[in-house]
Amino acid sequence: MTKYARLASAADLRKVREGAKHKIVLRRYDRQPSDKKFQILVCGGTGCTSSGSKSVRAAFEESLKKHGLDHSCEVVTTGCHGFCELGPLVIVYPGGNFYVRVKAEDCEEIVTKTVMEGKLVERLLFQGRTGKTPRKTYKEMAFYSLQNRLVLRNCGRIDPEDIEEYIASGGYEGLAKALEMGPEKTLEEVKASGLRGRGGAGFPTGRKWEFTRMAEGSPKYMCCNADEGDPGAFMDRSVLEGDPHAVLEGMLIGAWAVGATEGYVYVRAEYPLAIHRLQVAMRQAEEMGLLGDNILGTDFCFHLKIKEGAGAFVCGEETALLQSIEGKRGMPRPRPPFPAQSGVWGKPTVLNNVETFANVARIITDGAAAYTSLGTEKSPGTKVFALTGKVTNTGLVEVPMGTSMRQIIFDIGAGIKGGKKFKAVQIGGPSGACLPESLLDSPVDYDSLTAAGAMMGSGGLVVVDEDTCMVDLARFFLTFTQAESCGKCTPCREGSKRMLEILERICDGRGKEGDIEELERLAHTMQQSALCALGQTAPNPVLSTLRFFRHEYEAHIHDKKCPAKACTNLMEYWIDPEKCIGCGMCARACPVNAISGEKRQPHVIDTKKCIKCGTCITKCKVQAVTRR
Amino acid sequence: MSKTVTLTIDGQTLTVPAGYSIWEAAHQVGINIPNLCHHPALRPEGSCRVCVVKVKGARNLSASCVTKVAEGMEVSTHTPEVLAVRKNIVELLLANHPRDCLSCARSGNCELQKIASDMGIRKIPYNYNRPPMKKDEGNPSITRDPAKCILCGRCVRMCSEVQGIGVYGFTWRGINSRVSPAFDLPLDKATCTYCGQCAKVCPTGAITIHNDTDKVWAALRDPEKIVMVQTAPSVRVGLSEALGGKPGDIVTGKMVAALRQLGFDKVFDTNWSADLTIMEEGTEFIHRLKDGGVMPMITSCSPGWVNYMEMFYPELIPHFSTAKSPQAMFGTMLKTYYAQKMNIDPAKIVSVSIMPCTAKKFEAQRPELSASGFRDVDVVLTTVELGQMIREAGLNFQALPDEQFDPLMGVGSGAGTIFGTTGGVMEAAVRTAYELLTGKGLDPLELAPVRGMEGIKEATLTIGKTRVKVAVAHNLANARKVCEAIKAGNPHGWHFIEIMACPGGCINGGGQPISLEMDTPVKRQEALYTDDRNLPIRKSHENPEVQALYREFLGEPNGHKAHQLLHTHYREQIRG
Amino acid sequence: MACQCSATGEFDLAPLMEILSEYKDNPKGALIPVLQKAQGVYGYLPKPVLETIARELRLTTAEVFGVVTFYAQFHLNPRGKHIIRVCQGTACHVRGGAKILEAVSEHLKVKPGETTRDLEFTLETVACLGACGLAPVMMVDDNTHGRLNPLDIPGILDSYLS
Repeated sequence: MTKYARLASAADLRKVREGAKHKIVLRRYDRQPSDKKFQILVCGGTGCTSSGSKSVRAAFEESLKKHGLDHSCEVVTTGCHGFCELGPLVIVYPGGNFYVRVKAEDCEEIVTKTVMEGKLVERLLFQGRTGKTPRKTYKEMAFYSLQNRLVLRNCGRIDPEDIEEYIASGGYEGLAKALEMGPEKTLEEVKASGLRGRGGAGFPTGRKWEFTRMAEGSPKYMCCNADEGDPGAFMDRSVLEGDPHAVLEGMLIGAWAVGATEGYVYVRAEYPLAIHRLQVAMRQAEEMGLLGDNILGTDFCFHLKIKEGAGAFVCGEETALLQSIEGKRGMPRPRPPFPAQSGVWGKPTVLNNVETFANVARIITDGAAAYTSLGTEKSPGTKVFALTGKVTNTGLVEVPMGTSMRQIIFDIGAGIKGGKKFKAVQIGGPSGACLPESLLDSPVDYDSLTAAGAMMGSGGLVVVDEDTCMVDLARFFLTFTQAESCGKCTPCREGSKRMLEILERICDGRGKEGDIEELERLAHTMQQSALCALGQTAPNPVLSTLRFFRHEYEAHIHDKKCPAKACTNLMEYWIDPEKCIGCGMCARACPVNAISGEKRQPHVIDTKKCIKCGTCITKCKVQAVTRR
Repeated sequence: MSKTVTLTIDGQTLTVPAGYSIWEAAHQVGINIPNLCHHPALRPEGSCRVCVVKVKGARNLSASCVTKVAEGMEVSTHTPEVLAVRKNIVELLLANHPRDCLSCARSGNCELQKIASDMGIRKIPYNYNRPPMKKDEGNPSITRDPAKCILCGRCVRMCSEVQGIGVYGFTWRGINSRVSPAFDLPLDKATCTYCGQCAKVCPTGAITIHNDTDKVWAALRDPEKIVMVQTAPSVRVGLSEALGGKPGDIVTGKMVAALRQLGFDKVFDTNWSADLTIMEEGTEFIHRLKDGGVMPMITSCSPGWVNYMEMFYPELIPHFSTAKSPQAMFGTMLKTYYAQKMNIDPAKIVSVSIMPCTAKKFEAQRPELSASGFRDVDVVLTTVELGQMIREAGLNFQALPDEQFDPLMGVGSGAGTIFGTTGGVMEAAVRTAYELLTGKGLDPLELAPVRGMEGIKEATLTIGKTRVKVAVAHNLANARKVCEAIKAGNPHGWHFIEIMACPGGCINGGGQPISLEMDTPVKRQEALYTDDRNLPIRKSHENPEVQALYREFLGEPNGHKAHQLLHTHYREQIRG
Repeated sequence: MACQCSATGEFDLAPLMEILSEYKDNPKGALIPVLQKAQGVYGYLPKPVLETIARELRLTTAEVFGVVTFYAQFHLNPRGKHIIRVCQGTACHVRGGAKILEAVSEHLKVKPGETTRDLEFTLETVACLGACGLAPVMMVDDNTHGRLNPLDIPGILDSYLS
């Protein structure tokens, strides 16, 4: 069932763009008194879907029908807006009124008030940090207004399952332009943009492409790494879900520049929606002649396949990913040879991640000069971060490179949840580092982060507060690394196990003299001798916490105390008699009857009986139960 | 691109061929970088990381086995940092390794033990907490003790890349990684040919040869038993290495003396029955050639190869020569011809063989190999096990006098001796078949095209009016190619094919002493050819003791009695 | 084709052969997709299925077994009707993911990796579901449950029982 007509030229593409403009035009303008047409955008990202956005969409459709508005008001499912914490998110255009945590039962009110009468539903607006300043639109929210959404420009703004909406917003113009420029000039433009790989180490994309272009061998492959495995990272998923064509277009431009005719997108199987959207996008692009043979009527051919991962973090490492594409165990192999020389099936291969590709079309359409005006000199452009943890606004944020961590966490993220004190931010996932308050003002770019002993990684930012134990956090990462180690090389397989053992005993209160030094020795061995980058960087969470929070390790080992009161064996639960009102909720909830006390009298926890399950804390209405 | 590269290693400037690894370059100037996953016979993998070195300008240390040399490279192989990292890696391996070195089959020649000792490791800073793992002792040839596996993957590469079988694979992941057959099957349920090459490359006691020396000691102790031993061609060239000698030493006389000292009643030579095999197999070939039998005919003396064919190409079984292997022929003749001649009750004979081969242990247990009414061979020891018995008895091997084999089954020709190397069986067969068919001696006697270490070798001979095309293959990956070619209609027109399971043939069999030197198989091979040149008789049919056997006992080659006693049959093995 | 004897008796290999037919002419790189599809049909990957796959894709069983045991997604044993995956990601960790896992484990009386005796649920942990904004999170089948509290667990799980 072909739905879209094949495009035979760039001119055809531009015709389609003109013809499809009406689909997105409403989203540009403010509401005018004469507006007769409306669009309700419902977020269909993974976060909002799990919060119920499908039933929200259905409720809107029902309500519109009831009011006879189903012809004048369209419901559009979009990709992720990045503000998953507040989902399901709904925007009503024109006007762009932004509603959060919308439930199916709210839809009728939105239709009758906002669509029909042009009034706001105040209770569904985002209430701001203080909860007293409702924000009507995107623009009024610091979370969005402080961002610079280049990669995420279409996410939440277009229907990712309609290629015409992508084209209407300028999509595939980069490809058309690249085809007109020729591969050499296209490659030069990408090189001039200074774009660096967004997957971790920040290798210049243009140079990677050039190596592959120069390499002998045919066919060449252009592959996309969408095996986003870092805990706390979901940038790539959101881009694939919200703007899959941007990734396809980037890959097409890359394939054109390096002379690749085949490609793979390696997506983790845990991302079913992203895979679905990508499949839809590929099908539509093929129908329109934007993917496959004779793209836009030229000789350029590019065939793309999706490879679903099968659950192995290590496959995010490029050589492991290539092994996995070939149907083998995802075990990294030594480099050189680099994939540019010998990649999939031994052929020259480019491997970039989702976000890198999503930057490419813009570089071509707007030119390298426009691109380099964003970000810093050595790290141009923007970076998308997944801001999570103990921060008030969690979600996806995109900022120019060079923005300080403080701006991201405190301005966009609105600071720490529940008035707690900031302790550290973990950047770069299991390969990354924990940065303390003192480094919050340094700019976030590849080189500054490396200088601080961290790395950009794929862009997970996990904020932790005073309640988080840094030793425990390091232990957490090592648990992850150890479980995901492929097992091929000795330092990573055995070293991560031994580091974890030491961290576990420190957290359990069994740490001993010399443990810190042994951790450092193992970390050095792994950094210096592990086979792949994942193994070499696996000790980073330990080293950075040792560097900035060594006193916490020492407190655990020497004083048998956990300063954050998070390590179960090193703390106890305690009821503050000053605060306790003697309601008895905690005592009733305690699974082991460790709490006793007279009615309306302060209660007491028997620490010998207490199993430290924490139920009492969740039950106490007056915050009288604390850890100490 | 230039063909050589100049670099410095530890301050020494050297020029090596481009494409060399740092490890190979260092080896060339006498620097032995320790390693565990690397083996000269295998593709380097770079996984153990013990061989790390410092390359100037590199961010991390580099694994020397997989890092190629580059022009102007500056390498340091033993900076304090390099040594500290290496030591830590070895400590990590030791921590997860059982601490029963004293009773380990590889004690004394374990590579892990040696590296730990060389590094002066006196303490293992981490606890042993590997979950218990089951030993696989369910077959007569090879014992696997997964607890001792350090995951170097040498056996995996040997079995899949050299032998083309792939019994072993890495399984599970991370700290739970294992090397095991599919579904963790024991080897007798997997498609293992018992070639033993895995045991030869294993750096630790994880894969070892099943030890049968106790059985031999028990027989030697038993006054009721007459214990007689045969020694395969390759044992005389391998044994020395097990006893402090060099690769390529021929120690036939000392070996005979040692066996007598150990208490064997008679010491014989498998070269004798190799000559007998040539008589039977050569005659069979001539018959097939003349009478239009199944062609090409393939040798069947390599038991690893026989297992391979029975498992992977059972449809090709009719191509097998029905002649038993020299080991089995010897065993049959010992309990019939020799017993009769010497008037011994064959029930009292314990027939022991010393073989370079682990699969021979399996062969000896085949039920069909008992034509005499007794087992052809009762106990098979490998060269390595004999070396151990000699050490156990405290014999000063190198000082022993040279002694002769016992008569009746103790004379072997040069053709028999070269059975130990790839190409040797074919050359021996051609020497005899040519002469039997034409009445003239082969000239030159040495069949150069089938010598050397090429994987598949071919030769074309004009015998009378017939052109005969022969082929020789060694290692099982090459065997597979030959089988596929036969299945594809034998496009090369081969008539006679020799196949040996092990790379290089029996000289490099699974039961031979372990060597980490690349040129050891070649040295052993050259030594056998030298032995051949030095022997007074170089053609099987000229062996007087074999002639006497036919005259006095068997009758004609391939005759009724010969067929009954010296030929066997094969059948499909279904495993896995 | 000859039957592979009683070991395969309980498995209808016809659907597998259909999956394999798609890759017959181009087995290159087909192993992982074939395993994924086969698991989709059989729910897990029993020995006869793996042996058939190895034979048809011209791989050794050791290679196939090696791949199956490497990737977390593949299972050698039967699994529950419902798959529970409790997120152990960073965000979930700092927001009490461990307590959620404990609660599920406690309620079903199984440890991670195990299946309940009635074959209703299989409990697994997952490194990160990528839904950190909703931490702590778990997935039951394809449904994500976010902002969990240990006390919610029994109710959520019971709702899956037919």
